[in-house]
Amino acid sequence: MSDNITEVKEEVTTAAPLLSIKDLKVTYRTDLEVVEAVNDIYLEIGKGKTLGLVGETGAGKTTTALSILRLLPNRTGFIDKGEIFFDGESILDMTEHQMQHVRGNRISMVFQDPMTALNPVLTVGDQIAEAIKLHNPHLSAAEVDQKVEDTLQMVGILPQRKVEYPHQFSGGMKQRVVIAIALCCEPELLIADEPTTALDVTIQAQVLSMMRDLRDRLGTSMLLITHDLGIVAQTCDDVAVMYAGEIIESGTTKDIFLGGRHHPYTVGLFDSIPDLESKSARLNPIPGLMPDPTDLPPGCPFAPRCRECMDICREKRPETKLFGETHRIRCHKFDQDAAGTVVTDEPVEEEGGKQDE
Amino acid sequence: MSDIDRTAEPLLKTVDLQKYFKLKNGAMLHAVDGINMELWPGETIGVVGESGCGKSTLGRTILKLIEPTAGRIYFEGKDITDFKTAQMRKMRQDMQIIFQDPYSSIDPRKSVIEVIAEYMIIHKMFRTKAETYDQAAKYMDRVGLARRYANSYPHELDGGRRQRIGIARALSLNPKFIVCDEPVSALDVSIQAQILNLLMDLQDDMKLAYMFVTHDLSVVKHISDKIMVMYLGQCVELCESEELFKNPMHPYTDALLAAIPRPDITRRNMEFKLIKGEVSSPINVKPGCRFGARCEYCTEECLAADPPLKEVSPGHFCACIRAEELKAKLQADNEF
Amino acid sequence: MDELKNTAAQAAGAAVAAEDEVVTFKRPSQAKEIWRRFRKNRGSMIGLIILIIIFLLLIFAEFISPYEIAIKQIPENILAKPSAQHPFGCDAYGRDVLSRILHGGRVSLAIALIATMTSCIVGSTLGAIAGYFGKWIDSIIMRALDIFMSVPDILFTMTVVVALGANFVNLLIALTLAYFTNYVRLVRSQVLNLSEQEYVEAARAGGSGNARIILSHIIPNAMGVIIVNVTLNVAKIIIYESTLSFLGLGMPPPQPEWGLMLSEAREVMRKAPFLLFFPAAAIVICACCINLVGDGLRDALDPHLKS
Repeated sequence: MSDNITEVKEEVTTAAPLLSIKDLKVTYRTDLEVVEAVNDIYLEIGKGKTLGLVGETGAGKTTTALSILRLLPNRTGFIDKGEIFFDGESILDMTEHQMQHVRGNRISMVFQDPMTALNPVLTVGDQIAEAIKLHNPHLSAAEVDQKVEDTLQMVGILPQRKVEYPHQFSGGMKQRVVIAIALCCEPELLIADEPTTALDVTIQAQVLSMMRDLRDRLGTSMLLITHDLGIVAQTCDDVAVMYAGEIIESGTTKDIFLGGRHHPYTVGLFDSIPDLESKSARLNPIPGLMPDPTDLPPGCPFAPRCRECMDICREKRPETKLFGETHRIRCHKFDQDAAGTVVTDEPVEEEGGKQDE
Repeated sequence: MSDIDRTAEPLLKTVDLQKYFKLKNGAMLHAVDGINMELWPGETIGVVGESGCGKSTLGRTILKLIEPTAGRIYFEGKDITDFKTAQMRKMRQDMQIIFQDPYSSIDPRKSVIEVIAEYMIIHKMFRTKAETYDQAAKYMDRVGLARRYANSYPHELDGGRRQRIGIARALSLNPKFIVCDEPVSALDVSIQAQILNLLMDLQDDMKLAYMFVTHDLSVVKHISDKIMVMYLGQCVELCESEELFKNPMHPYTDALLAAIPRPDITRRNMEFKLIKGEVSSPINVKPGCRFGARCEYCTEECLAADPPLKEVSPGHFCACIRAEELKAKLQADNEF
Repeated sequence: MDELKNTAAQAAGAAVAAEDEVVTFKRPSQAKEIWRRFRKNRGSMIGLIILIIIFLLLIFAEFISPYEIAIKQIPENILAKPSAQHPFGCDAYGRDVLSRILHGGRVSLAIALIATMTSCIVGSTLGAIAGYFGKWIDSIIMRALDIFMSVPDILFTMTVVVALGANFVNLLIALTLAYFTNYVRLVRSQVLNLSEQEYVEAARAGGSGNARIILSHIIPNAMGVIIVNVTLNVAKIIIYESTLSFLGLGMPPPQPEWGLMLSEAREVMRKAPFLLFFPAAAIVICACCINLVGDGLRDALDPHLKS
């Protein structure tokens, strides 16, 4: 049996990444409390690559995605520190006007619920056209129309259906339309927030397959947010595991699925999946719940639930260690492990990071 | 699972159960179309299918939350099909339901303890409110809800805890049979595992029979003794749990299994065996195999008449006329 | 980790050794949370404070300025401008305006509040029944409503008052009949929506009857919307009632009444424009403050409704 692992994706590219996030910290502030949604994360997505951002509800994945597009709620969402670089330009320094040029055009987003993402009173064709016209004001009506049909065809919908309304499509088809709108301007980066969670598994397979094809054809990079490790295994090149606002492990898919070292949470995630192939009667859940983001414990956020928790874990936040060229893990388990090197991200303002006392 | 005594009469039995909805334009929506099933105490039947297959409607029809159009429902030997509200009231103590959405299935204006105690109050199980609440607190313990949440409101708790409220409520009348309508679909993966374990423990403790409705095949495998696969209101395959995964016979089951993305990167480049097209409409269905339009093995004969549910091997039922001949092909594709 | 061994405890979540002492199962007040949110809205708080002041003034009207003064006609004081003795001046019959405003307010607001309550109760009940039971009951109620609403408000109330005579009770009846229709549609749509909620189905699954479901599950959840509408309707009714008395259909003289005062002031508008000002200001201030409070209530109740 030939080696099915795609070789191509294993090249560690030295080319500049398309998206680079460093030291990002995002909080939500209401009059009652401060929610620490994202805490000092580091992320990179290469050109043409797909990064799977894995984590459970409340881990901060959607917040991260919204931060990239600067779509956090106006009055309550704050990017406290960090940098986000897209194709060499700093997103955080852009004006709103510049951001509008980026959104939908260079970076597109697909949200989780296809039912509510489409405007029920506009035809599907109109909605796609809207996106096209917004970013290509010089196109004539006929050209726009042609592009609408092309886009529909690209996602596997009959072009004649452009005159139909969203309610006339099923869930899977609606999600395709949403993806079509996201891709019609051929963005460089597609952010997909749990794009198939609301879909049946057979439809999910179709949609994922379509996304893979499109990605290959257009060379789009993708940030795929999901909680489903199966999807990650089948579609992603790189993986980042998020917990309580931190990225506790990241690397290539090979690192995460086959590597020798893992963060205990990653191990727990794999263990708690009801697996079609396992024979055990009982599942192995991770006990407890994610910590309250308004009241994060000092030290490692996973400590209260960790089977391998040590004293130091409760007191001090672990540092990120790099193993090999790509595998990063943030856990005290590897403090003594000489194979890895401690990474300090490019200092933006050195206040967090190393010293945690 | 624990051993199930199948010599006695089944706890629950349905015969040709049908539920049709009449639509505004006069068309008939065949939500549940001729389901036959038997369930014994302590047993779990997993009902699997995608949206529109009728599995949720089936659960609710059995509980008479929806009135059946035709067919019979027997509970502990009694024919409850025509029971009116008053008669069903008593039955509700024996047959309960756990809902899918822990956010909408609990009254947001009631505190946790009030929600759990409600059923007991309706049925006047205890003389005083205090005694009722006391018992409700015991159910909280049973499902692993810390007592300090008794006075909290549901929206203050997370999905996993809310679902435990729903479970405690379903248990409060000491039922014999519970319809679990996708109880973990709305929850995170690690919480799912916790809740599934809880449900299995409760089943062992209280000898409960479950009808576990879900679209997630991997979840159903762990909790079910036998599994029924539904498509557009009909049962297309019914057999023991292990058997379904080892020898799926119906092309739809096969496709379902194949569509599940496995967390295994060594099989990354295998093409998903995609079923083409969308689920057909359950409205005004014509005779013939309902999966035919999407099935790669479909023939003229398949579309001529409804394929009957045949026992293809002991205990293994399949509604596909080509089941036997496709057996070898399907098995080869499912090499794990 | 020893604690991990106990699976039941695992399932309980983080704090295994939690205090289990909750002895009293007392339901915590959601009112506190709503009040906190309401307080943040400055406009609403100002409206509320002004309203409270007004209510106090009206309640203690007898002590501030007895009723006799409101109706006593003193020829020397005809159209007297505001002074120390008569802070709001005197009207065309020499009666103290301040006193009339106070006593008139009692009637105006009393009628407005009671009429709001009665129209709310009547309308909500009909709406709840229509929404919950549906089918032919719903049809009958809604068609009857359509007939009711096809008659213009003013015409309707005028007819009632003329037929029954103008006094407190009849005014209430007329106003109730005019305004109950608001609530029928509103509550019906709320009930229709709430009846579809899964927790209603859950209650049925537990054997609950219809009455219990409506009282225990539907009405409490619809209260938020109803309360807001009630508050906003009070303002409307104040204005409407003033309109009625302006047209001479309100309480018979000598009972002071804001609308009536407006009407009387109109006749002497040239000579004493200040007479128009005070009753108009009273009506406007009351209506505005009530609207502010209603707005604030809606916002305070809303986030809760959403969750």
